[in-house]
Amino acid sequence: MRHHLILRVVTKLLVGTIFLFALYVQFHGDYSPGGGFQAGVIMAVGFIIYGLVFTLKKAKKVFPPWLVHKIIALGVLVYAGTGVYSLMTGYTFLDYAAIDPHHPVHGQHLGILIVELGVGITVTGVMVAIYYAFAARAPSLSDEDW
Amino acid sequence: MGELMTSEFILGHLNYWFVIILMMTGLYIVIAKGNLVKKIVGLNIFQTSVFMLYISIGKVDGGTAPIFPLKMKIDPDVLYSNPLPHVLILTAIVVGIATTSLGLALIVRIREVYHTIEEQEIFDKEQEIARTELKEGGVL
Amino acid sequence: MVVTAISVVRARSLFAIVTLSGVFSLLSALLFIRLDAVDVAFTEAAVGAGISTVLMLGTLALTSRSERSDKRPQIIPLLAVVATGALLFYATLDMPNFGSLDAPAQTHLGPDFLERIPGDIDVPNAVTAILASYRGFDTLGEVAVVFTAGIGVLMLISRLALRRPEDEEDDQEGST
Repeated sequence: MRHHLILRVVTKLLVGTIFLFALYVQFHGDYSPGGGFQAGVIMAVGFIIYGLVFTLKKAKKVFPPWLVHKIIALGVLVYAGTGVYSLMTGYTFLDYAAIDPHHPVHGQHLGILIVELGVGITVTGVMVAIYYAFAARAPSLSDEDW
Repeated sequence: MGELMTSEFILGHLNYWFVIILMMTGLYIVIAKGNLVKKIVGLNIFQTSVFMLYISIGKVDGGTAPIFPLKMKIDPDVLYSNPLPHVLILTAIVVGIATTSLGLALIVRIREVYHTIEEQEIFDKEQEIARTELKEGGVL
Repeated sequence: MVVTAISVVRARSLFAIVTLSGVFSLLSALLFIRLDAVDVAFTEAAVGAGISTVLMLGTLALTSRSERSDKRPQIIPLLAVVATGALLFYATLDMPNFGSLDAPAQTHLGPDFLERIPGDIDVPNAVTAILASYRGFDTLGEVAVVFTAGIGVLMLISRLALRRPEDEEDDQEGST
């Protein structure tokens, strides 16, 4: 896609916006529609569009596969770790009141944010990893094929 | 039966019937079509129709999306739709795409081994392999 | 939507099918908005119309573009589907009217959650509150499923087991 000037310029503009929007969806998910699942998917779409327009190789330079694989596990760890933390501090598993014992409602709020972050990280990682796996296998298609 | 078929009843159930038609379409693709990618698309349609069924159960007449106003100033007159089905379906969609991609990955592997993604041809090749193995076993 | 679904059945070109399924997802997202499920619509639009279309196109690039026509008798599948549909149709006769307030689904759990969230959690988006807090175990399970599916895909098609960090570079160059 080297000669698709418009595509490349528009993508450059879009990728930043997509990431920003994903972060908004992630951290504003408790006030407006959105949350970890959606944010993860949108974030992954940002990487995928980058990979589609500027070759897979460049996308892998930005977000290397080993990092993607670590991130997949990290998200689950963040989620489960929250549960374990609340266990350690004497509450039941995934009881977010543990995070702020003096103000359980704040604890709930914070806990939801952390847990959603974990969800978002895992979903991003999985989607990007799946895309890499498929794209790395694809024979390089010339533009005329589509 | 006759008293059931009022216009109110039909309007109230039309939604479910559309969902059933979609579900039948998806199921038909899965059963009748031999192409594996097409089967996955059929499964997706089936899945989406189930989502619609759940969401329409959660809908309340005159209700609005289950998001409270800021600072939690809740107006008791406002009706909210049931958020519980939304939660279930939200996670189901993401899990659905994950399993779909697993299925697609399997298709890619099948294609590499059998050089086809048509069910019938895979079946034929399987039988051929089984037959040759049986022959070799007979010789030994 | 029904038209889109049926044209999926009819179409032979897999490329058209995948595009149609993207259209289908987008239409269902619109329907979800109409049914007040904004979160779900959001997810469906991002996932169904975005990522799954890309993945399916990726699969098509790796496999074939068109479906072979088969001459198998189609009457038995059709019968099975019609029978299933008739059963489901019979089941809907017992269901409450669409959107009715006194449906069983609206009388127990839903309103209970809606009443308790302001006091318990104080998060305006009820969907997020239930997702992450009341049903936290569920969501942990879902994340684990996504995680497992991701690992499965990597195992199946990325030759992860065979690859070592040092030969990653030339793998990128010459893989087909």
